[in-house]
Amino acid sequence: MASRLFAAPSPHIHGGESTRRIMGDVVLALLPALCVSTYVLGWRVLLTTAIAVAACVLFEYLIQRFMFKRSSTIGDLSAVVTGILLAFNLPAGIPWWIIIIGALVAIGIGKMTFGGLGCNPFNPALTGRIFLLIAYPVQMTDWTTGIPDTVSGSTMLADVKAGVYGVSEIDFVAMLGGHMNGSLGEIGSFALILGGIYLLCRRVITWHIPVSILATMALFALCVAAGEGGDMLYKLPLFHILAGGALLGAIFMATDYSTSPMTHTGMLIYGVGIGLITMIIRLWGAYPEGMSFAIFIMNAATPLINKYCRPKRFGTK
Amino acid sequence: MRTFPIGGIHPSDNKKWSKDMAIEVMELPDEVAIPMIQHIGAPAIPIVAKGDKVLTGQLIAQASGFVSANIHSPISGTVKAVDIFPNGQGLHRQMIVITREGDEWVESIDRSKELKRECSLTPAEIIAKIKDAGVVGMGGATFPTHVKLSIPDGQKAEILIINGVECEPYLTSDYRTMLERGEELLTGVEILMRALRVERAVIGVENNKPDAVAHLRELIAKGNYRGIEVMALKTRYPQGGEKQLIAAITGRQVAPPPALPISVGAVVCNASTSVAVYEAVQKNKPLIERVVTITGKDIAHPSNYLLRFGVSFKSLIAKAGGLPEGDVKVLNGGPMMGRSVVAIDAPIIKGCSGVTIISGAEAERGKEQACIKCAKCVSVCPMGLEPYLLAKLARKQLWDRAEEHNTIDCIECGCCSYTCPSSLPLLDYIRIGKQTVMGNIRARAIKK
Amino acid sequence: MNALLLTVLTLSVLGGILAVILYFVAQRFKVEEDPRIDDVEKMLPGANCGGCGFAGCRSMAEALVKRDDISTLYCPVAGGKTMVDIAGYLGKTTQEKGPQVATMLCGGTCQKRPKVNHYDGAKSCAVVNTLYVGESACAFGCLGYGDCVASCQFGAITMNPETGLVEIDPDKCTACGACVKACPKALIELRKKWPKNRAIYVACRSKSRGAVVMKACKAGCIGCGKCEKACPFGAITIDNNLAYIDPEKCKLCRKCVNECPTGAIHIANMEPLPKEPKPSAEKAEQKA
Repeated sequence: MASRLFAAPSPHIHGGESTRRIMGDVVLALLPALCVSTYVLGWRVLLTTAIAVAACVLFEYLIQRFMFKRSSTIGDLSAVVTGILLAFNLPAGIPWWIIIIGALVAIGIGKMTFGGLGCNPFNPALTGRIFLLIAYPVQMTDWTTGIPDTVSGSTMLADVKAGVYGVSEIDFVAMLGGHMNGSLGEIGSFALILGGIYLLCRRVITWHIPVSILATMALFALCVAAGEGGDMLYKLPLFHILAGGALLGAIFMATDYSTSPMTHTGMLIYGVGIGLITMIIRLWGAYPEGMSFAIFIMNAATPLINKYCRPKRFGTK
Repeated sequence: MRTFPIGGIHPSDNKKWSKDMAIEVMELPDEVAIPMIQHIGAPAIPIVAKGDKVLTGQLIAQASGFVSANIHSPISGTVKAVDIFPNGQGLHRQMIVITREGDEWVESIDRSKELKRECSLTPAEIIAKIKDAGVVGMGGATFPTHVKLSIPDGQKAEILIINGVECEPYLTSDYRTMLERGEELLTGVEILMRALRVERAVIGVENNKPDAVAHLRELIAKGNYRGIEVMALKTRYPQGGEKQLIAAITGRQVAPPPALPISVGAVVCNASTSVAVYEAVQKNKPLIERVVTITGKDIAHPSNYLLRFGVSFKSLIAKAGGLPEGDVKVLNGGPMMGRSVVAIDAPIIKGCSGVTIISGAEAERGKEQACIKCAKCVSVCPMGLEPYLLAKLARKQLWDRAEEHNTIDCIECGCCSYTCPSSLPLLDYIRIGKQTVMGNIRARAIKK
Repeated sequence: MNALLLTVLTLSVLGGILAVILYFVAQRFKVEEDPRIDDVEKMLPGANCGGCGFAGCRSMAEALVKRDDISTLYCPVAGGKTMVDIAGYLGKTTQEKGPQVATMLCGGTCQKRPKVNHYDGAKSCAVVNTLYVGESACAFGCLGYGDCVASCQFGAITMNPETGLVEIDPDKCTACGACVKACPKALIELRKKWPKNRAIYVACRSKSRGAVVMKACKAGCIGCGKCEKACPFGAITIDNNLAYIDPEKCKLCRKCVNECPTGAIHIANMEPLPKEPKPSAEKAEQKA
């Protein structure tokens, strides 16, 4: 008889979820933002993304095969996600060799030194970005490949912070459609929200982290705007949610599984923490944007949050 | 619509294969093997020897303690052997083998078909009859029913819950029983209410079985069964878990172990058990047969059979058209909580509500990958545990920490393994952790 | 220049003050400990394997120093000689125990013990054992998922993929007993260690009747009792259909080996006795 009789402990059926499917969904959710970015900033966007993805996948493969001597795990697509997210955090005109260094730091230091997928305490793409931001501050804030009619060559957050123009002069509809300067993935606010809705529908993420981050930021901005009154009451919160990496960070970076808390209560605490730190850096810090640092700091707090935020045990109050 | 408060999954129920097949009576086997452990608790002790003649329904093994159950001969004939044989898992168990000669029943058993509703026995007499008949929970846990009905001093039952949920995918034996033996079931519920001295009984049925809900409601109205109601519940696995069902129906949560359902005034019995209780009390018929579903995607004739215990898995499978070609997994029970059967010559026993054949690609598990900490297992756990952590602790043999994280609360429903995108065998390890921790707790109790 | 001098001076003064504080604190909180504990700990091997039943070598050393009767304490890694040395140092007495080695008592290789099903769960013997009988029909044999391999801290146990059984390297084995505890089938026994790693043992733990054993495995002990009769030293006993060679009584004469119809008696690092032209025994072997 050719048939095999299997034996295994229960359960004997599986829901069909897989890491590959989840990562595939994330890639799909990132595509609209990539399209907007390409449309606004031109073909360099695609090149940057392609280099980042290829470098991430290659480094993961090499490290798995030749340093860990394990079978390669690139099939789970997690390196592809890291690559896209890394590219989304870079300016469009960045030299190719910086992208490759970023990918090496992201995969090599951010992910593999801790044991690979699921073991990394910090978001790999963010690790790469923060390294580049500190190591190559000039190239990382060179937005000249940006939208032709922006004169300053800097992002809106930086302009507002430097007092080049005020928040009340901003056209929010244009902002939503991607008409602003910034990293590749930051600019298509509407597309990012679309991707977020897709992830929510596919149950890849839950609402807790993005909503708590954005709500905290909006509330914080509202408190600050309370002093000024008038239409700033809605303009300042809206500006902070749409400008910079707020949406990209809240929907795609902060929700990274292995670096975010496991329970819903934990996720809310984590989200509020990110929102607060981001706003503090944006308003009073040395950098115009604080999303990456905020996520990075809260990543470090995740094990602690996991320790204290346990799920509610059945039968207890 | 009500359901239990936390966790849970929605597996495809796959009941379509056998749900429309009316219960068929399976022909009598020529030989049966009756294991002495068919229940939770101490094994029964054989009271027959090789060469003895036995009648159908005759006591052949005596319960050995309070938490144990009597065992009766399912056929009439001669005892061929009392010895050790492998059970479905291939584990060696004491069994009584009987060769059939005709089908002569013990005289006191009433084999007539008519419904006998009146019951004027006292609760103690009812419980004694149930104990004599060897009735155990037929949902799969096989806890002796008389133990469940004996309420400890100082506690009081307020509500009887009948489990007609059958949340396991594939299985349809309870469903068919509710449809075809509804009146016996309801009379059984009346008897159970009398034994427990409760005024209210709720039959919980998931809303993927609307016809069963409607049918039982109609019978209740027609037969004027007082105090019994049918509650449709939102379909969600593991609704049939005792604690989940109580929470779904009464809204009250049983505290963590060692608290029992009676602490919230509830007693839960399976729908098929209720029919067995009816037969034991009103017809003097011991538990010697049950309805078993044989099902699977590649099974030629899936159906529901009324069969005597001791029939082999092999003969039931043969009746349904044999095992499909290729990779197969034979399950005693449903796909979520059923146990793998490797010795198909072994007998079917009291706790077997169905035999599910998983075939083809589904028989083999997915390849294990690294945990990505997605927390899906945490969100589906109906007991509010952290399966990824419990599995890791058990893997590293950190039993004390597993105990701190309440591993003994686990009801082994399998939602965590089902949902894991990395195909990790979470429950395999948690089960080891749970067993070890429970052993440690018992050892500490003995020391004290 | 001035700044440099100031820095050096500040740091030196600071260091001096802190050193004095540290000295007094250390004096104040000094824990009086029997100095012999350190000495005994040095005499122990320092493997911290837990084979003695204590958490590590330090707690074993404490127990050795504190207890009056140390005859029940034994470090399997260091062996009897060291225990006697320690007892002598402490002025106590203990009996020298001979060296031991872990021995795996199952000879059911893939060839001799066919797989009848395919296990697909977590790769752990403990999990398999709670689930069912295992991949073969034998309820006593090696499950082959290597819990003992994982438990061994000395790398003495390896899985042989060809036979599906684990092998223990007697040179690396320290007889700490971790594998004995890890095996859910209780297949590993600490037996007397002979010179040159010689060994003789019944490689089967099946208590099933002969017919049941034969069905499941061609290398199992069927409890026929031939070896018991052949042993001139009374070292072999049959209990529950299973032969057992008492390592204390056995003299390695190997008379039992050729008697066994299934080849369940294994020898290591020794030549078997030449086979006597006894037709009955050979026939039985061919049949098996």
